Amino acid sequence: MEELAIKIEHVSKQYRLGAIGGGTLRGDLQSWWARKRGREDPNSKIGTRTDVKIGERFLALDDINLEIRKGEAVGIIGHNGAGKSTLLKLLSRVTAPTTGKISIDGRIASMLEVGTGFHPELTGRENVYMNGAILGMTKAEIDKKFDEIVEFSEVAQFIDTPVKRYSSGMYVKLAFSVAAHLDSEIMIMDEVLAVGDMAFQKKCLAKMRSAAKEEGRAVLYVSHNMNTIRTLCDRCIVLDHGRIIFSGAVEEAIAVYMGHDSREFSNCIVVNPNMRDPQWANPKVAIEEISAMDTDGILTYGDSLDLGIKVRNYEEKDAQVFLRIMIKTSSGTPISMSSTREKITIPSGAEVAKRFRLNMSQLIPAIYSLSFVLYDTGDLGADRNIDVLRDIYSFSILASPGFNHGMTWNSQWWGHVSIGDLEPVE
Amino acid sequence: MDQQMQEQKFSTVITPKNGWFDINLKEVWKYRDLIVLFVKRNFVSQYKQTILGPAWAFIQPFLTTIVFTLIFGNIAGLAPGGIPSFVFYFSGTILWQYFSGCLSTTANTFVANANTMGKVYYPRLVMPISTVLSQLISFGIQFVFLIAFVLYYTFTNQGVHPNWWILMTPVLLLQLAMLSMGFGIIISSVTTKYRDLAKLVGFGVQLWMYGSPVAYDMFSMAAFAPGGKWHTLYMCNPVTSLINIFRYGYLGFGTIEWHFYGIGWITTIIILFFGVILFSHVEKTFMDTV
Repeated sequence: MEELAIKIEHVSKQYRLGAIGGGTLRGDLQSWWARKRGREDPNSKIGTRTDVKIGERFLALDDINLEIRKGEAVGIIGHNGAGKSTLLKLLSRVTAPTTGKISIDGRIASMLEVGTGFHPELTGRENVYMNGAILGMTKAEIDKKFDEIVEFSEVAQFIDTPVKRYSSGMYVKLAFSVAAHLDSEIMIMDEVLAVGDMAFQKKCLAKMRSAAKEEGRAVLYVSHNMNTIRTLCDRCIVLDHGRIIFSGAVEEAIAVYMGHDSREFSNCIVVNPNMRDPQWANPKVAIEEISAMDTDGILTYGDSLDLGIKVRNYEEKDAQVFLRIMIKTSSGTPISMSSTREKITIPSGAEVAKRFRLNMSQLIPAIYSLSFVLYDTGDLGADRNIDVLRDIYSFSILASPGFNHGMTWNSQWWGHVSIGDLEPVE
Repeated sequence: MDQQMQEQKFSTVITPKNGWFDINLKEVWKYRDLIVLFVKRNFVSQYKQTILGPAWAFIQPFLTTIVFTLIFGNIAGLAPGGIPSFVFYFSGTILWQYFSGCLSTTANTFVANANTMGKVYYPRLVMPISTVLSQLISFGIQFVFLIAFVLYYTFTNQGVHPNWWILMTPVLLLQLAMLSMGFGIIISSVTTKYRDLAKLVGFGVQLWMYGSPVAYDMFSMAAFAPGGKWHTLYMCNPVTSLINIFRYGYLGFGTIEWHFYGIGWITTIIILFFGVILFSHVEKTFMDTV
């Protein structure tokens, strides 16, 4: 039977921009008096007046409707400020919605922060009880689970040491363990695994996974790490400006989220003059259009990318140019480049359409951007750029099933190129 | 489909605002283990990394008593005759310190705990309740010393006569706890947005102390003693009756005016009731304004 764990109906959360509390009565009266006389509010922050009116209402969540079944692991993704944390706050009853209704069946173990209620002076053992109780466990329940918690946390030998002496990793491990062992029907996690080491992250994900699959709990997980979302979730919700813009399969959701990230995410780009840097304005030979064949910018690991490119020659004479495509990561790290073997010949005044295949089968899942350069080699062998379109096309490579054994590819250490599995040699 | 959903019972329903009388005491009871842990935490963490540890609970009122005895008793001559002024001041001081400790800590509930309360839900009333209880531990330590002093002065015949009214102690403490918590949570509810009042609390508590018979003997002051000009007004302070009954029980000193004590109880209940209502009303969304 598919029972609901959480039902959210028409929930909105409104905040007031500008002075949100913490003020003094005097300050509020001053602002009120200034507004009354049409003067400038003396308490408004300088520079905020042009774009933000003090006291203006702002919807952090806008008419959210959502149902989450028991035994379901749901990921929530979205950009900063999309309303993810606000949603989790409402669910964990930290604050109340402005309108709407949230129905919850069962207890909630929420980890919006690592080790809420941990007191630095208390020992690990005391804090397990403290944290457990804050999360709603009774002492008897904690007693029963205590050994399990300590074992999971891997800090058994420090359990009688005050947590102020803990490393941040140990702190997270202990805190997560308590929340994970709470007999709750609903688990809420807000990107708390970011601090633990890889092995522990994997263990946590497995634990949350089994909480959903074997114990029938509902798991809500917010993260910017798409790989953990992929590992854990059955379903994914994309939030944007307080609204749910997508709810469904994880890969699609990630694609929606990514697509939203870079507006260039499309299958065809018609070049307009302001896409060029000023120094390359009005080239003699210009790229007019770039289109991706058979894809809308979402690829799977191992795919290659077929690109169509239209080049126009504005000169009086025929032109011969090379095309170079440069690959960078979304953070700007150059990865590689690929160039045409032969020159492309474009008759005077004509437009030529060409197709090329960009081999990216070894690029690991991430977002990349492409820059296009038309260049010519001079008499002395030096190259001379004719047209440059920087970072004009973005695409995302998603992991294929079983990529890197389902583990996050840590590009910080391993780079962006996969050179294949190690082959045993007889 | 809709029909089916209608049938499902949810254990919690979150709606925008609490009504004025949505007080969920049952939930507080469910979290009693948390109260116990908070009490423990408050007490333990208070004396961590101090050499004297819980002895500080005694040293503070002891020093205050000495100051009172010297300044108000010996120099200003405000101590009563007939009984040793030390035990007179000590009894008043520990009672007052319990009251003021509870009041000023609970008055800070929302602001001081915004950190945890912003991240996890538990019935917010758990906090002030555990504060009041952990202050009771310190009081307990001081109380043991009071008993020792009373016994000493009784057996050395210095005019101290404990009597059966000492059995009132738990009732007095209960009322003191209720009163201080009531005031405290009213202040904490009002100060989530405007902190101005919080600044006044320290001063207000001090002023209140001088409006209660802590540092002087009210019966030897013409204006405050029974029949005096300010007597009725003075007795409207519920703490006055409490201290008087306490001293009457342990020292056999002073008189008890039961009708004022009754009025004190009524005041206490009204304040606590009002406080709990206000607190429950504010607790749901205080995170947005604190």
